Amino acid sequence: MAHARLLPRQYLVLGLVSLCAPLGDSCLSRGMTHLPPITLAHPATLVSAVFTPWIAVGIALLIGFFASYLTALSWADLTFVLPATGLGNVVIALLSHYWLHETISLERWAGIVLITVGVGFVTQGPSLTKRPNAHAPEIAVIEQPAVR
Amino acid sequence: MMIPSLAPQSGFWSSATMIAAVVLTSTTGEVLTAAAMKSIGDLDEIRAHSGMKGAIRAVLTCPLFFAGVGFLALAFFALLLALNYLPVSLVAPASASLTLVTNAIAGKLFLHENVDRRRWTSAVLVCIGVYLLAH
Repeated sequence: MAHARLLPRQYLVLGLVSLCAPLGDSCLSRGMTHLPPITLAHPATLVSAVFTPWIAVGIALLIGFFASYLTALSWADLTFVLPATGLGNVVIALLSHYWLHETISLERWAGIVLITVGVGFVTQGPSLTKRPNAHAPEIAVIEQPAVR
Repeated sequence: MMIPSLAPQSGFWSSATMIAAVVLTSTTGEVLTAAAMKSIGDLDEIRAHSGMKGAIRAVLTCPLFFAGVGFLALAFFALLLALNYLPVSLVAPASASLTLVTNAIAGKLFLHENVDRRRWTSAVLVCIGVYLLAH
């Protein structure tokens, strides 16, 4: 297997993956709850919602998430990056506890601990599977069974 | 796991099918996107050589990337459909945690990633953690 120890900037990208998605979702949620109910009969209200501050910030954060997620996938395995996205759930839970003063049950604390341990565990290992020819898309093989 | 108690208004098989649709489309999308990014190469290096425009062009000219995004969009609509019939307390944790496991399997099968004991353990820990958090 590989080698590839992460550089500080790569940890930064993984941090952005973990942070941008939950923060973006939270902004969207906050923005949408402050809007009057939106129906398909008035689609223009949905378009105008995009330009309200919280939703605009939420969309920007989700674009940031996708960009950093794609960047991470370009130098790390999918099975390395995905557990890091799970850390986002921990961020949401901690934000809701310390910022919104919501109560977190024992079960949820256990979930937080498990995710943190799981992410810490995988980041201690190599980030990329070593291949003889890194850029030769043996990937092209991934194909169609799943696609159809 | 929690399937037998699910969806008072839906049958077991229809509920399982809807969750499976979310998991499968999402996994396919993730794997295709990961494959696309591996075929493109390190985006940081591309950006260093060709600038941000070059990196964006490299991504946007990869057909596999659009196939992946298409499946991720399908996964989103499958999720919306599932939420229409099933409680969010079931759909969200079930799809999020099952997707981690199916991605580990798909990563090994299709992307030939070396999913060693460390990664399996991590996937299972995060999977249980997500379930506990969202349940």
